[in-house]
Amino acid sequence: MTTHFFGDTAVLTGRSLKHVTRSVDTIITTAIVPIAMMLMFVYVFGGAIRHGSGAYVSYMLPGILLITIASGISYTAFRLFTDMQAGIFERFHSMPIARSGVLWAHVLTSLIANLISLTIVVGVALLMGFRTGAGVGAWLAVAGILILFTLALTWIAVIPGLTANTVSGASAFAYPLMFLPFVSSAFVPTDTMPGPVRWFADHQPVTPIVNTIRDLFGRHPVGAGLWTALAWCVGILVVAYVVAGISYRRRIS
Amino acid sequence: MQGLEKSYKELRVLRGVDFDVERGGIFALLGSNGAGKTTVVRILSTLLKADAGTVTVNGFDVARQPAKVRESFNLTGQFTAVDEILTGRENLVLVARLRHLKDPGAVADTLLRRFALTDAATRRVSTYSGGMRRRLDIAMSLIGDPPVIFLDEPTTGLDPQARVEVWRTVKKLAEDGTTVLLTTQYLNEAEELADRIAILHEGRIIVDGTLDELRRLLPPAEVEYVEKQPTLEDVFFAVIGENGKHDEHGAAGESGEDR
Repeated sequence: MTTHFFGDTAVLTGRSLKHVTRSVDTIITTAIVPIAMMLMFVYVFGGAIRHGSGAYVSYMLPGILLITIASGISYTAFRLFTDMQAGIFERFHSMPIARSGVLWAHVLTSLIANLISLTIVVGVALLMGFRTGAGVGAWLAVAGILILFTLALTWIAVIPGLTANTVSGASAFAYPLMFLPFVSSAFVPTDTMPGPVRWFADHQPVTPIVNTIRDLFGRHPVGAGLWTALAWCVGILVVAYVVAGISYRRRIS
Repeated sequence: MQGLEKSYKELRVLRGVDFDVERGGIFALLGSNGAGKTTVVRILSTLLKADAGTVTVNGFDVARQPAKVRESFNLTGQFTAVDEILTGRENLVLVARLRHLKDPGAVADTLLRRFALTDAATRRVSTYSGGMRRRLDIAMSLIGDPPVIFLDEPTTGLDPQARVEVWRTVKKLAEDGTTVLLTTQYLNEAEELADRIAILHEGRIIVDGTLDELRRLLPPAEVEYVEKQPTLEDVFFAVIGENGKHDEHGAAGESGEDR
């Protein structure tokens, strides 16, 4: 059965990518919310925020990229949920194919769709004055962290996609994820926040991820924050993957 | 299929289902809503695991050789399983690819012609009518020529014309040597199509035979009184006792009986 895993996954990924390219609006909506936030923060609030040196757009881009991913994966949950409802999921499962390929196809599609949205957002940020002296290595490191974060959130998205009862239930989980960057170092330095809020901001996953990406773009040495960021991403990925696997098996038995 | 049992929590849906389907021909599994027909089909098609009993499809055990079983059948589920965003042709090509066939495009074109969908081939399925969707759905289930086909309520929600179309397809399949297992709640459908009929009621097969054999179950007095052959509908309600409404209560009430 596993002999066809890669071929089957490729065919199924091709299929769900058609879903993405045929509803281009999902890519645009995924990119438009973070772009609107970026405009708001840079041109409205940005002047009043004391963030240190450099352009504010460069300061807040890492946080915006994470918001882009959080809004992108709600479509992953939506697409998976629609498949479950439509019965096509059962058709695939009743066929002699590698079953896990059905989920992996959604995960890979999520990754590709998010990378497209991220590219658009970075492009707009460049137009708005984002500049970085980061070399190829630093860019690859940023891409690696974003891919890891996308995979972690995508596997979270798989859980409501498999278990939700309604469409809105399937995608609603993304909102808290989208707001997590607001209570982090993404838009303002955490040291102006009151005690408990600051504690939360310093100890939630977004802050070390944002700081690491910011350091990579700003050509600062990345500190221990990198390992905290990677630990969060891998930790979330593993837990979400296991829970998704359990929900999946429960769903098909 | 021997001694098949399946419960959802407290509700014992199947409580020892036995039947055999011979190769070739059409076998109809008849029952009211909630009788467990779909559960039987889902277990046969490896989508659901049985609690007890042995089930073999095309000689392969469902629990132990699920991969072999999946190579032996195709399923047309109760709800059309087509991809709305793809075109009709893309749907067929997709399934042909997943079945690892040599020329997916040619397979798709042949089926489009056979199901009179060539004109609509490049349109998205979301623009199709209910009948066209069902035709595409069944066409997708024929790809790879499996020896067995499961059809779970294939005509539910179709207009009479589309229903007759589906019937014609099913008959053609059986003539070509495919074994068809069909579930339905439409008695005339079973009457029209099936070589053998089994009635599933309260988790058990209560009658199993040809239409003539089922007819003979009714007392001849009934025949004299009505002055016509009893329809399958008469037989159905007579053998299940009443109108089948106490289904769920009956199932829950007896659940402790033979544990």
